[in-house]
Amino acid sequence: MINKPKSSNLDFLNGDEAVAYGAKLCRPHVIAVYPITPQTIVVERLSEFIANKLMDCEYVYVESEHSAMCAAMGASLVGARAFTATSSQGLAYMHEMLHYVSGSRFPIVMMNANRTLAAPWNIFGDQRDSLAQRDTGWIQVYVENGQEALDMIIQAYAIAENDRVYTPVMVNLDGFVNTHTYELVDVPAQHEVDEFLPPFRSKNAIDFNHPRSFCMTASTEWNTEFRYQQQQAMNHAQEVIEEVDQKFGDKFGRYYGGLVEEVRCEDAEVVLVGMGSVIGTSRIVVDKLRDMSLKVGLVKLRFYRPFPAECFKGLSPRVKAIGIIDRDISFGYEGAAASDIKAALSSSGVGPKVINFIAGIAGRDITKENIEEMYYKLFNLTQGKDEQELQFIGLRW
Amino acid sequence: MAKPQIVKFKFPGSLEEMPLGPSAAAGILTEPNAGWRVQKPVVDHKKCSHCLLCWVLCPEGVIGKENENLEIDMNYCKGCGLCAQECPKDAITMVREGEADDQ
Repeated sequence: MINKPKSSNLDFLNGDEAVAYGAKLCRPHVIAVYPITPQTIVVERLSEFIANKLMDCEYVYVESEHSAMCAAMGASLVGARAFTATSSQGLAYMHEMLHYVSGSRFPIVMMNANRTLAAPWNIFGDQRDSLAQRDTGWIQVYVENGQEALDMIIQAYAIAENDRVYTPVMVNLDGFVNTHTYELVDVPAQHEVDEFLPPFRSKNAIDFNHPRSFCMTASTEWNTEFRYQQQQAMNHAQEVIEEVDQKFGDKFGRYYGGLVEEVRCEDAEVVLVGMGSVIGTSRIVVDKLRDMSLKVGLVKLRFYRPFPAECFKGLSPRVKAIGIIDRDISFGYEGAAASDIKAALSSSGVGPKVINFIAGIAGRDITKENIEEMYYKLFNLTQGKDEQELQFIGLRW
Repeated sequence: MAKPQIVKFKFPGSLEEMPLGPSAAAGILTEPNAGWRVQKPVVDHKKCSHCLLCWVLCPEGVIGKENENLEIDMNYCKGCGLCAQECPKDAITMVREGEADDQ
């Protein structure tokens, strides 16, 4: 990424607070939320903003996450810009409504604090909650730190409300590692965000002069066509995400690379792929190993849906081995990102060797030593040594 | 009489004509809604005193008083029988659909 802020208004914020500031700057008309660890601070800050009249917004304190998404959808239905936030069990509980919102094409933005799913019950971070929502038709982005969290809330509205997209966006922060870690975050001025993000003028809202029925039945004869539209919107989103990243960078000086960011991949022999906070740690390891003249690279998978298959097709002929870090596992097969990346690699016709590393489950640290070990395992593959395709990192026994 | 317009529904002819998400114009009828009627009112105009109680009470507003004889718009009458029940002259009879052709 390129980080050359054009103005600086640094504040010492944790990731949740950065999200709250990001949401505030987008001027949502309606916020419907239910608190859940580790998202709660988002809810608290937003309610404070509204109580202190720093935000002009209808705050709906609903009775559940299912209701939160229902209320957000109702707001979007009348043309309001709507925001919500959740985590883990809450996200699972609103699952049904995620489909309603994406299928009805309401450009709602939601923050999700990645937290593992019970049982065993645990409040700490992994990405099993959001990855389990893969097929709900939501755009999913995973951020690395508080600054990216704030920036992506703003970008999320620009992407979701784009005429070619009209699809909701979920912005994912690793629970605690991102949500509760304090960092210096540049908070853009309101007038700058207003210039970047114009007021929401919904083209999919109820209009008294032209009444419409919404969320209605589409018969067997017509259902496929609506699904095709959703797939097309996701395809368009790939271009829009790149455009919005460029436009955001031009305005605020921070470019994130769009769908993916490649770190020192130009001449890399082995590459690790990850999502979210693990990228920050991995950057340090890459620099260390590069100093030892080891040709290692890193791919930050920013968007999981739409999936940047072209990136991996392009990477495929250039590298000898790829390691995929999954903070999740689809029991009975492998990590979710691994399956998608392997499919993209194989469709390119040239298949580098792949190891899927299952790591960071339920908040377990992914240390620099863990990541260094992953790179060495990839080098083992390039030297013809055997490595298991699926490996749990840091397993006790 | 204010009755909903019948607007024939036009199915999308191309992807561009598809709505954004499953939605369609509301507040219109795509076809007359009389198909659910089991019985229909038949007015005996000789008994009718033109008091217009039925015209006032009809929930669907389908009774027309413009001409000499009351006229019931059978495209919209749902056959509830309220008019027959309330007519002080017993001038309206409910007849099972298909059993009488004259009105």
